[in-house]
Amino acid sequence: MVETVETRLPTPEPFISPETAPFWLAAKQGRLVLPFCNNCNHAIWYPKAFCGACGTLNVEWRQTSGDGTIYSFTQVHRGEGPYREVESFVLALVDLDEGARLLTNIVDADPASLTIGQRVRVVFHDAGESAALPRFIPAS
Amino acid sequence: MSIRGKAHIVGAYEHPARNLPNHSVPQIHAECAMAALADAGLSIRDVDGFFSTGQLGFGGVSLTEYLGLNPRYIDATFIGGSSYLAHVGHAAAAIAAGKCRVALITQGAKVRGVIRGAKHTADTPEFPFETVYGETNAAIYALAARRHMHEFGTTPEQLAAVKVAASEYAQFNPHALLRKPVTVADVVNSPMISDPLHRLDCCVVTDGGGAIVVVAPEIARGLNRPPVSVLGHAEAIKHGGRGPNDFTSTGAVVSAPRALAEAGVALSDIAYASIYDSFTITVIMTLEDFGFCKKGQGGAFVASGALGPDGVIPTNTDGGGLCNNHPGYQGGLVKIVEAVRQLRGEATPQTQIPNCRLAVAHGTGGGMSRQASVTLVLGRSDA
Repeated sequence: MVETVETRLPTPEPFISPETAPFWLAAKQGRLVLPFCNNCNHAIWYPKAFCGACGTLNVEWRQTSGDGTIYSFTQVHRGEGPYREVESFVLALVDLDEGARLLTNIVDADPASLTIGQRVRVVFHDAGESAALPRFIPAS
Repeated sequence: MSIRGKAHIVGAYEHPARNLPNHSVPQIHAECAMAALADAGLSIRDVDGFFSTGQLGFGGVSLTEYLGLNPRYIDATFIGGSSYLAHVGHAAAAIAAGKCRVALITQGAKVRGVIRGAKHTADTPEFPFETVYGETNAAIYALAARRHMHEFGTTPEQLAAVKVAASEYAQFNPHALLRKPVTVADVVNSPMISDPLHRLDCCVVTDGGGAIVVVAPEIARGLNRPPVSVLGHAEAIKHGGRGPNDFTSTGAVVSAPRALAEAGVALSDIAYASIYDSFTITVIMTLEDFGFCKKGQGGAFVASGALGPDGVIPTNTDGGGLCNNHPGYQGGLVKIVEAVRQLRGEATPQTQIPNCRLAVAHGTGGGMSRQASVTLVLGRSDA
């Protein structure tokens, strides 16, 4: 299910290269895709055209479930750059069920209610013409 | 093949200033270079190897022109705050191989009053997937601290004990940016930066720098200063390139035992430790990874007073990055300088460890997502 949630967080437009454009374009369409290794099946993070786990260029884009669990999180009170004016926000590491550990934001949740190990699912926030930022909300 | 005893630190200097609004960055390098060479009793014309991070201008070359150096060996390794510890190891290896005989390592930085913005470099592959989410140095280490608390029961008060120990040393350092001793309550009641890290869990931000001179044994023999031997050096790079990175350990797991093995000394022989302290959690994890205590016990270890003058391992006796100095977000060079002071018997009298013969200096460059750990084992000539 595609879900777009209004957010008070900045949505900076990412730097997009031909190597990584499919990731951002899929997010714009409401899908979380990652490169997977055709040799060892490793889910590659951050997205790139190389599998460092086994050392091969033989990778392909595959769709993920968008479901995961919180590995760690922090409520940031001193943002920098585009986040400088934000009073606070949650930065988190989310372990996707497919095995990648993503740096992301948890949104639409009371920071005090979050716990390590909590289930979360992806949402997408538009960031320019050709991208959306995958962020996560608590799974209901 | 080992570098053990094949190179000696004969000059060490930490710029005394913490605010340098009227200096240029190369000017800071030059002041530090001349002071470290004067400490060694050498001339700038003696330098035939030059080591810097290469962040300024054209790699390391811009500074060689500024300083009028004609090195026959140059290294511009940049791995964040641990760069300078790597430079000492690289200089020792170059000297051992006969590539140079007098190696100069310099640092200079100006960051006070500069507002940090999002890091954006088109060719840096990881940035687009991290900066858009508002990651900061403190936030990345906060993720580590929360995970450490989750796995091992570490508490904010135990984190605070690292800062308290640093502040008790810093009161005796006339150049420290923060000289006032603080309590655990002061730390946990200071403003939250990125929970669970408070303002006083974070290192200081300073201008300044320093320099180190590493020379061949035959040069050291002709100088008046007590040489400090480079006994062991090891580097370890940790990242998520082969799968998810854990956020509860550092590269010291690999670099510390390797450096100690090269030096041929046991951890229990180490009398003093300079441990990179970008944040309080950095120290707890690194001490565990060295093996000063069991993994997960670092919080209780530091809270027991282990870092103090009478503790298991006196640490960061200059006040560290948490109180003394962390020039340009890179604390590695200052870590070496304080270890040299301790081994020469030239630390501030109140913090000098009696008969300090063996020390480690350890740097952690980068954050928790990816980092470069470098361990040096240094010793007196009789060690």
